[in-house]
Order: sequence, then structure tokens, then C-alpha cells
Amino acid sequence: MKSTLSLTALLAGLLASLVAASIASSVASAQSLAITNATLRTEKSTEENVTVVIVNGKVTALGKGAKAPAGARVIDGTGKTLTAGLVAAGTRLGLVEINAVGYTNEGSFDDAKPVHAAFQVTDGYNPDSIVIDVARNGGITSTVSIPGGGLIGGQSAWMTMADASVLDNTVDESAALHVTLGRNASGVGDGSRGRALQTLRSLFDDAQHYGKNRSAYDRGQTRAYGAGHLDLQVLLSVLKGDMPMVVSVDRKSDIAAVLKLAKQYKIRIVLMGATEAWMLADELAAAKVPVMLNPKSNLPNSFDQIHVVDDAATRLVKAGVAVIISPLGDASSARTLRQLAGLSVAHGLTWEQAFAAITTTPAQVFGAKRGTLKPGEAADLVLWSGDPLELSSRSEFIVIGGVEQSMENHQTLLRKRYR
Amino acid sequence: MKRAFLSTLLLGLVACGGSHKEPAATASSAATGTWTDSASLYPQPRHQERDVHTLDEALVNPKATPVAITNVTIMTAAGETIADGSIVMQGGSITALGKNISIPPSARVIDGKGRFVTPGIIDTHSHIGVYSAPGTAATADGNEAVAPTTPHARARYGYWAQDPQIPRARAGGVTTALILPGSANLIGGRGYTTIMRPGGVASDHSFPGAPATLKMACGENPKRVYGDKGGPQTRMGIYAAFRAAYQKAAEYNVAQKTYESAYALWNEKRESAGAAEAAPEPPPRDLGLDTLAAVLRGEVLVQVHCYRADDIRQLVEISDEYGFNIRSFHHAIEAYKVRDLLVEHDISISTWTEWWGFKMEAMDGIQENAALMTDAGGRAIIHSDSPVDIQHLNQEAAKGMYAGRAAGIPISEDQALRWITANAAWTLGIDSVTGTLEAGKRADVVLWSGHPFSVYSLADVVIQGGEIGYERSVGRLPTDFELGNSAGASR
Repeated sequence: MKSTLSLTALLAGLLASLVAASIASSVASAQSLAITNATLRTEKSTEENVTVVIVNGKVTALGKGAKAPAGARVIDGTGKTLTAGLVAAGTRLGLVEINAVGYTNEGSFDDAKPVHAAFQVTDGYNPDSIVIDVARNGGITSTVSIPGGGLIGGQSAWMTMADASVLDNTVDESAALHVTLGRNASGVGDGSRGRALQTLRSLFDDAQHYGKNRSAYDRGQTRAYGAGHLDLQVLLSVLKGDMPMVVSVDRKSDIAAVLKLAKQYKIRIVLMGATEAWMLADELAAAKVPVMLNPKSNLPNSFDQIHVVDDAATRLVKAGVAVIISPLGDASSARTLRQLAGLSVAHGLTWEQAFAAITTTPAQVFGAKRGTLKPGEAADLVLWSGDPLELSSRSEFIVIGGVEQSMENHQTLLRKRYR
Repeated sequence: MKRAFLSTLLLGLVACGGSHKEPAATASSAATGTWTDSASLYPQPRHQERDVHTLDEALVNPKATPVAITNVTIMTAAGETIADGSIVMQGGSITALGKNISIPPSARVIDGKGRFVTPGIIDTHSHIGVYSAPGTAATADGNEAVAPTTPHARARYGYWAQDPQIPRARAGGVTTALILPGSANLIGGRGYTTIMRPGGVASDHSFPGAPATLKMACGENPKRVYGDKGGPQTRMGIYAAFRAAYQKAAEYNVAQKTYESAYALWNEKRESAGAAEAAPEPPPRDLGLDTLAAVLRGEVLVQVHCYRADDIRQLVEISDEYGFNIRSFHHAIEAYKVRDLLVEHDISISTWTEWWGFKMEAMDGIQENAALMTDAGGRAIIHSDSPVDIQHLNQEAAKGMYAGRAAGIPISEDQALRWITANAAWTLGIDSVTGTLEAGKRADVVLWSGHPFSVYSLADVVIQGGEIGYERSVGRLPTDFELGNSAGASR
């Protein structure tokens, strides 16, 4: 018994050093870990002197009374702030290494073919991207990585930011289907917003028809469809409500058109970008349509964004719309997510509302059991030097799925070399 | 014979490259009033195009009414922070600041209520006005991308004073920006030092007496733009083109000097013996070479877009070879790798805290770049190159400061504040009149809702040359373009 214990201790020590050497692997998740005496901040409350216990990748205890189990590795959280790991929804993390180097960009469609519904970003997702390492230091433990371009760009995936394989990182390979409308509707748009919508309707009709006539389709006895069977199957699952459809759109009139389409086909939609969504806040709240936005985007960059305001997040939240704060497609500066949330506090959100917009709200919208610290759920958490939304704070200890993550990356190593 | 004379002169000129220690104390040596372009050699246009203003005019503003901000922490960017202080502005400049100063009875008094005051923010790198919002081909006036060297181009002629980005930058506490041509060209043209004032036309936004600046660019962008348009296609071609341009400029300078002495000789002869022979012809005037020749004479502050350490070093070598000074490397992602060289040459860097990785030459960007440069004794600036980030330069500086501190590089708040004020003013050659809060300086002042390095703080009041340009409680003043066109223009 005694020898087993010391062997465990030895193993734990060995594992810890392995992790420290950033050779983290799934075996390390077997360890138990406790962070003690930290200030826990959530979208609901702030609690002092909290201990969190993690065993086998999951949170097993959380609160003032939680005790570190014997043999657990203990991190002293005194004076630190503990939060759930942040969720960067709507990034290109794992898909873009260097924006200007074409072949390191995965799933950015600018071809004439407008429909990529069956495309899944997980097929080309690179968990070894150095961009992920840098973003993770911003306290981000999950990304919803999205395809780019096309009328229908494909399916985004909910991925953890752990240093692990694609398989281990994948939480949901079909988080949402992504559609671009308005000025950026490509291919079939022919410069017409109406035509793009018409194509979408036609595709949904095809999907419905296909759903009712699969065997006839397989016999080659259906009318011609505007997309292949794999694409139609995905559209069908959107029609069934299995996944939401994220629509990138800005202009109020385009948003109204999307709402009409969603009502017609009973599709669950999420708006992305959505510069002028604040003007339809009540309608969006009534239709339970969430909005993903970047609070920094306050410029009338196009004629679709003429009515931009600085405090769209506040206006939407006040009207009862679920808001997700997002870097909107960026990868290399995704780490600024917490700053974006802080900025929206400056423009009127409460700290808790802003924090929900980068943790629990994306989890609810995309149906992932992540973004929250709760016994029984995956342990994605960050220990911060202070308020996670404040510029003076830094992430100091990051755990994803119960596994400590390396804080080292391309940038920290460069700094050390040239310091 | 004439040829030999010319090359002797040229040799002399090139040799000047060795004695390259002149980025001169501060502003005005390179600068104002002393701008002598070759216009004097040629038949004069009816109105002289050259800027006849002097920096002193930036200190006077007849439209300014007396303002005092009391009960504030004054972060001066001049080494001092004054707690519970007051600052008084009259006639366009700061007339007093400190703990116990008298407030003129005529002044509008803004109770600072424990808030913070800093100098107006200065961005050394912006394309506001030349790439306006909304983006349209009709208003894309920032890159004269028809040839790789266009030193004759000037950003001020592309600047649209009704760009909705201007009031937003002002609301972010920005009182001055260097509007630059883009980086498509190796030599893109002259920049335009602006005050972020409301309304008017382009010429109304000119910072009075600001020295001339020139935008140059190396690396990936010119390669991308000209690779398939006759070159340069490679960095080899880029440096050849730089040298060719400055070679021409050196020869142009010599040709003008030669003409001047020939003319003097002719004039002397004419006066002593009466005019007989025809006056010598001046060399043909070239508006682009006017600017490059002025660069060689040290009259222009050269701003070079450059990412990689190799490019930075090579540009320094070329400037040494031709004997001109580079004022600032912009973006300067890898400046930390060659920071000693930059300190030695008294060249500032205008960089980011956050941007990295978006192209090959940006791969090695680190958040501690400005801190490392400062630690080495150099001048760092946090610039924006972005109509979004220009609104949050205080936050970008804060992140750079905190990143530096976390890496064990001690950066004070005053130093970090200088990254977006005093050091930027030096880079634009206007530091004798703005960039710090000191009595006698231009009244470019921002009152922040909280500590300027907090994510939760916003600019409450922005004062430009003593005039209140923005008050958060009132909202932004919409541009002409936004009137009846934008529900969000003022908020």
C-alpha cells in the first residue's frame, strides 16, 4: 500500500514534469489537481476563497468547502482570479496560419461554386498551429472555428484549444452552418441580395424534397437539385433544427430578410457581424435570435454598416438578445477577446453580461457543455493574475479538459532569445 | 570637364554618409521654415505651394476659449505625474498646470472628479482620410500604385476631411495623426501631419508648421503589388530601386548646385562686364526629386514601413550610404532584434502591441517590442495603421507596458504614455510644441473617465489646440457624410 502510494506520487511528479515540458498528453488527464483559495468569477457572481478540484479531466468539486484530495497536485490560487476558460466563437483559429500565405488558409472560398454546406472545418483543422498557442495565452480554451466565404461556407466546429489531436480537441464537428448574405454574398449573388436569398430558398426547397424522396434520388428519379446529396443532407439537418445557421449579415434590411427566411423554414439562426442588428433588437429578442458581434467594430466600413454604434452589445442585451462577443473571423489577434469584452463594459454592459458573452452564451447557442465551471463538466479553466477583462491581468495557469497547458509559444521563446 | 566636376561633388556627398549623427536634438532643425525646395530656382507659381507656416503658430488659436480642468491626476508624459492637480488652457496653449494654480475667472471649469488627464494622443501612422469609410473605389486615395516610386505624391491631396473615421479617432483621444500614403510603393510620397479637427476641408486639418515627411516601404507589400507589374519582384529589386532613386536625387542636388554657381558666375560677369552671353539654363525641375533631394539635405523626416530585421538593417545601410536620416521605422515587427542599431542611429520605431502573424514578415512580432526598445534607450511609439485601433491606442500602449513588466522589463506609466504622445511628436518633428503636458505647449489634452491604461476607460473630453473637440456627454459631431445618413454617427 505504502509503496503504491509513493509510486503514485512518483508518477504524479513525473507526469507533472512531462506536462511542464509541454509534452502534455491524454495520460496527464488522469492526474488530480486542485486550485485553492482563489477568487471565482462567473457570469453570475464573485466568490472568495474558492477551491476547485479536477479529477480525470472533470471538475469534481468547486466552492469554499471543496478540499484537495490526497495526492492531488495543488496550485495556490491566493490573490488570483479563477474563471472558466474563454470561448472565442467565430474565429479562424486552426484554419489560418498566415493570412497572406494562401495555402495555409483552410476553407476560405472565393470560387464560383457558392455552396459548401457539407464542408467541415475539422477536416483541415490544424491543432499544431502556433496561432493557437498564442491565442490560448489570452485565456481562450475553446474556439468555434468557422469557414470563410461562399454563399454557404460550410460547418464550423467547436474545438478545445488543448495541445492535443484534432480528435481529442473536437467537441462538435457540426457546430453551425455558415451563410453569408448582404454585400458579401458571393457567387450566385450576381450583385443582388435578393438573388442570393432566392438561391438559399431554392436550396432549402431542394433539401426538403430530397428528404422526402431519398430512395427516388438514389434511383436517379428526382428533379435536378441545386446541390449534391451531402450538401442537401446538411441543409436538411439545419431544417430539422439539429444545428443553427449562422448568417453573416450587416444591413438592417438584410437582417429583416433573414428573419423572414428563418420564419418561413423554421430555421434556428444566429447573426454574425450584424452591425445594424441593434435597430431590430426587439424583433430579434422576440424571435430568440442570438447575435455574434465585435464591440470594437464601430466604423461604417461599408454602406451595409452605415448605422453602426459603439454600444450595440448593450442595446441588444438590454432588449433581451443573447449576445456573443467575437473577434469575427480573426485568428492572430483572437487573444484580444477579453479586451473586447472589457470594452463592451466601458460601453454599458455589466461585467457579468460581458463575461457571459465570451463563455456561457456561446456554449448555450452552440449547444456545447463548455464555457462554465461546474462539477461534473469538463475542466476548462484559467487562473488569472487579476480581473480577466483588464489589461493589467495575465493568464498564469490554463487547464483544458483537466490538462495543464504550456504557456510557452513562438512569441515567448522569441522574447527569451532576444531579451 | 563638367562630368568630372559633377562626380567629384557626388563623391563628397556620398562620403557624408559616414558622418551620420544628426537626427538633431528635437523637432525644428529638420523642419519648419527652413524648408527650401528647389522652387526658388524656377519661375514661381502665383502662390507658393510650400508650407510657410511655423510651428509657433500651432501654439496660438484665436478660437480657443479659456478652459480649466481641476481635481485631476495629470500624467504629463514629461516624467512627472501630478496628483490632485489642475490644468489651465488659454489661447490655444497650456498656460499653467500643477497643484495650486489660480484658475482665470473667465475659464470654463471642468471638474475632473479624480479622473485622469493626458496629452492628446498622436498616431504616427494612419490612413484615415485617404482610405475613408465607407470603403469605395471612389475614395481610395492612399496608394498611387502606378509606379513603385512616386515621391511627387502627397497624402494631403488624397485626404477627405469628411471621413467618418475622423470623429471616431478624435473620440478616442487622438489629436494629431500622420496620414501616410500606403505601402504599395517603395517611395509612396509625402505624409500629411493633421490635427483631428472637425469639419472643414483637407487643408484645414494641417498641423501648422509641421515638417515634411516622406513615406517609404520595403518588403512584401511592394513585391506583391509590383511583382507582376514590371517589378520590383524581389527584395533585390527593391534595394536596387531605392539606391537608384537616391542616386538620382544626389545627382539632382548636384545639378542644382552646379547651376547655382554657374548662375552666380554669369551674374557676376554680367554685373561687371554687362550682359553678353545668355543666362545658364536651370536643370529641368522634377517634383519627385525635389522631395528626395530635400531628404538628402536633411529637411524631410523619413518614415519607413519595414518589418524584418534584415530590411531594417539594410535600409539603415542605404541611408548611411546616401547620407540621409531615417526618422522612424514603421511596424518594425523585428526591431527588438536590432534595437541597438536603432538606438545608435537615433531612429524611433512605430510599432504595435497586438499585431503579428498575418504575413511572413510579421511572424516574429512580440508584445514586448516597444518595451525592449525603450529598455535599450531608444524611442518607441505605439501606432495604429488602423481606423479601429487608432481609437484605443491608450489600451495598446497599456498592453505593451504590462507585457514588458511581465517579462521583467521595467516600463513606467510615463514611458508607456510617451509611446503614444511625446515619442510620436518627436517622430513627426512637432515635439517642441506638443506631446507633453507642460506650460507653453499646445493645448492638446484628453480627460479620461478613469485610468487611461484601463480597458474600462473612455475619453470624456478631448481638447485640441485649446478647443473642445469632443465631449462624451454631448457625443461625436457627425461629418457631413453622416448627416441624415447614419443613426449611430454621434454615439
